[in-house]
Amino acid sequence: MRRKIKNTFLAAITHFAAVLVAALSFSLVAYVLIKGIPNISWELLSTKPSYLKGTIGILPDILNTVYLVIATLLIVLPLGVGSAVYLTEYAKSRRLKAAIEFACETLSGIPSIIYGLAGMLIFCQFFKLGTSLLAGALTLVVMNLPTIIRTTQESLKTVPISYRDGAFALGAGKWRVIRTVVLPSSVDGIITGCILSVGRILGESAALLFTAGVAHSMNGFFDAMKSSGASLTVSMYVYAKERGEFETAFAIAAILMILTLIINLCATLVGRYFERRRKI
Amino acid sequence: MKGTKSNQRMLEKAVHLVFLILGLTAVASVLVITVYLFISGVPAIGKIGIIDFLFGKTWTSTSAEPQYGILPFILTSVYGTAGAVIIGVPVGFLCAVYIAKVAPSGIKSVMSSVVGLLAGIPSVVYGLIGMLVIVPAIMKVFNIPDGASLLAAILVLSVMILPSVIKVSVTALEAVPKEYEDASLALGATKIETYFKVSVPAAKSGIAASIVLGVGRAIGEAMAVMMVAGNVANMPSLFQSVRFLTTAVASEMSYSSGLQREALFSIALVLFLFIMLINAILNALMKRGGNEDEK
Repeated sequence: MRRKIKNTFLAAITHFAAVLVAALSFSLVAYVLIKGIPNISWELLSTKPSYLKGTIGILPDILNTVYLVIATLLIVLPLGVGSAVYLTEYAKSRRLKAAIEFACETLSGIPSIIYGLAGMLIFCQFFKLGTSLLAGALTLVVMNLPTIIRTTQESLKTVPISYRDGAFALGAGKWRVIRTVVLPSSVDGIITGCILSVGRILGESAALLFTAGVAHSMNGFFDAMKSSGASLTVSMYVYAKERGEFETAFAIAAILMILTLIINLCATLVGRYFERRRKI
Repeated sequence: MKGTKSNQRMLEKAVHLVFLILGLTAVASVLVITVYLFISGVPAIGKIGIIDFLFGKTWTSTSAEPQYGILPFILTSVYGTAGAVIIGVPVGFLCAVYIAKVAPSGIKSVMSSVVGLLAGIPSVVYGLIGMLVIVPAIMKVFNIPDGASLLAAILVLSVMILPSVIKVSVTALEAVPKEYEDASLALGATKIETYFKVSVPAAKSGIAASIVLGVGRAIGEAMAVMMVAGNVANMPSLFQSVRFLTTAVASEMSYSSGLQREALFSIALVLFLFIMLINAILNALMKRGGNEDEK
């Protein structure tokens, strides 16, 4: 009898926890969308803030976020994919391999506020980039490096040794094998890494506050790289915390929430697609 | 013919070198970050005195005779993280058992994407919801003048650590060999007994790792906490406005100068050392989990 009660109790709290998490997530999403979507207007999306007219627009923030994503991926992809190739194809010394893997684990554990501070000291001050999108992007590169390395490495590991051996047997050099056999078969890992990184860049705020700044000026890609600019998250923080503009903050939160949903959907679909393709 | 062969070899060597350099970027980044944090954090600790800095109870960086004691921040971070773990870990752990073992496959994939979504929500969005829902709710329920408090931060953090706890625990629980569970079921244990008495103990390293990961997330979170904790440098108390290590750095950075600025870097160094300690524990746990799998 006691055993039965205990079993029922355990089953009940397990189900309760799951329902709680599901309900919590659902209400978070619903709350943000309901409060935010009515505040999204074409004017908000397509203008920049104007003190004269007293209007708020988030177009510069949207552009800055897009620029940050592009610049970060452009830099982090070669670095991360290269590191992963080195780890799986070249590294012979166990110690060096362990050191690189340890470094990746350490990087993924460092909180974003520390990245922000280190980025400010290193990129803004030491390399004299000032508070600029480029400094922000470089900080994000370091943050996302472990993600790209891990996903690429995982998919490189699934490339069968026989493919490599076959290419070697035909007389191809190592570089050629990597270029024509190994890298093309690891596209899935690279794409997954990109999606995860985009999600992380969109949601990042603490690391950008001190490296990319809070300005709302509208620029082209190359001018923007050199000047300070707020991403969507940073400007949402400023609107909510410092200016009390909760309507705008909720509008941005809703946009971020929709983007998060899209990115999660993409990650699931891409994962499923490649899994199916690999089975064939 | 000979020429092309040696060209080929040169190319291979160059490519190898390029990949080696790329491979070392992660190591170099860690070294540079560590060195920079030490260089910029140590001088102020020297000037203030390590005892006064770590155990001083007052932080008045902007007054005429500034005092730089960060004990309130350290304790707030520790209490805040502990509170988040006390609330978040049981829920996360049980939810992980549900996802990994109890749920039918359809619900399982839905729950996994729900957890993925929770992990993907930006921390400023959590902060905004905390600011407009949790803070006013605390104000009303406990009848205090301002709801921005340690309690609000704990509630927000306990939701934010859920995805890390759940994901890692689920992975650990799914890695438990099916034979263990089959044996337990064959001996007459019920399903739920098997999950809690066989699967969970077998996955204990992984579950412990998930908790440590949650601790790391909670102690390192800045923006969400900044929006709900009120940000006054009080000694921690549940219903008072408090400042965490992370928010201490973030809140004064933009207008600080001189010794005040250096002291902020010292706070960042203390935070960094906390994180390094947590990472070391995490690594040890992960390694133990890995060894258990091999046996």
